[in-house]
Amino acid sequence: MYKLQAHKLSKRFGGLKVFSKLDFELTTGQSMAVVGPNGSGKSTLLMVMLSLYTPTKGEVVYYSDGTKMDDAAVRANVALVSPYLNLYDQLTAEENIKFFATVSGHNITGKAINELLVRVGLEGRGGDLVGGYSSGMKQRLKYAVAMFKEPAFLFLDEPTSNLDDEGKQLVLEIVKEFRSKSIVVIATNEKEEYHLAEKQLRVNQ
Amino acid sequence: MPKNSFGLISKALAVYTKDFRLELRTKYAINAILMFGITTLSVVSFSLGQSGLQPKLLAALFWVVMFFSAMSGLAQVFIREEETGTALALKLTADPDPIYFGKLFFNLTLLTVMTLIITPIFFVFTDAPTGNLPLFVLVLILGILGLCGATTLVAAIIARASVKGALFAVLSFPILLPLLMVLVGATEKVLSGQTFGVISTELQFLFAFAVVMITGSVLLFKFVWLD
Repeated sequence: MYKLQAHKLSKRFGGLKVFSKLDFELTTGQSMAVVGPNGSGKSTLLMVMLSLYTPTKGEVVYYSDGTKMDDAAVRANVALVSPYLNLYDQLTAEENIKFFATVSGHNITGKAINELLVRVGLEGRGGDLVGGYSSGMKQRLKYAVAMFKEPAFLFLDEPTSNLDDEGKQLVLEIVKEFRSKSIVVIATNEKEEYHLAEKQLRVNQ
Repeated sequence: MPKNSFGLISKALAVYTKDFRLELRTKYAINAILMFGITTLSVVSFSLGQSGLQPKLLAALFWVVMFFSAMSGLAQVFIREEETGTALALKLTADPDPIYFGKLFFNLTLLTVMTLIITPIFFVFTDAPTGNLPLFVLVLILGILGLCGATTLVAAIIARASVKGALFAVLSFPILLPLLMVLVGATEKVLSGQTFGVISTELQFLFAFAVVMITGSVLLFKFVWLD
């Protein structure tokens, strides 16, 4: 059982207050949509939760079976799909998945890579350089890279950006699957995506 | 997906292989390094004509070319990650240590390839004496280790700055100055045909510099990378 706890979380960039005194707690099987207009700090909140930005005040703590997780343990159990996260254009999709699996300490077979690519609708394109992919295909590949390690904490920033209707359906299925076995945090300003999570956190109120 | 016991070496090798593959496909860093090195050597060669230089000047010239050629390419290993937006994925996926060692080995490979190409051209263009060749190779190896050990961390520091190229040279120069001075002194003696015993102090310094720089970088890298 995993738990994510934010306590009086605040972030400022110089004189600009992004958010302040946010408190929330999520456990495995729970999901939360971070909602708000453009520029309200949704992506910043995700970056703070992922320890990529230092909070001005407060803290985010990850627990596994009641024990506080260290940075390496958190890194091994989180995955992010975001417009700010890019994969290697000069590698093929298969090489990207293989690389990220290896550096995170996971053994992945060619068959497993192929299954992931089929899952995200990229079957038959695994040997192509990612630089030749459309933006929607790149977004699908990000989901494949996020899923290989079965993350305990799944962070989705603008989860359906660049995706067609079929891709949006795919995201819906992935979120449904991970909602039951992980902690899912979704940052979005699309009202039709609010329902993807059971809880809502509004920023920039 | 099952976790296995991939250790530091396997993960560092994955980072190295990825960077090597990207470099083979883009040839970005090696082109920058070789263009600078060969252009500089050509200019020097045409300027010198048939007039021979003293070993001290030849040694200084050689390491000036090596330093600036290295400056034009070694930082790419981190700049490319930041500019293409892949650093975020790497930070979220991999521990800092394998990233540092993978990048260090890649820079060592890059500088070794550069040295293998530039050094023969240097000797041909400047008509420099080979002196004590095995010792020259040893000085080169220690010099490459020191250069890469110090600059790989600096490359990580400057990767997110707006004036990366200039900042890389400016930050690297004070760290590398003692190394370059000893390298020039050792190379001068080697080109003059001196033996191991004469330059043993310089060799000890070069070895110690490389060890200190790499050890210090390993300890500091995670703070630079994850900040």
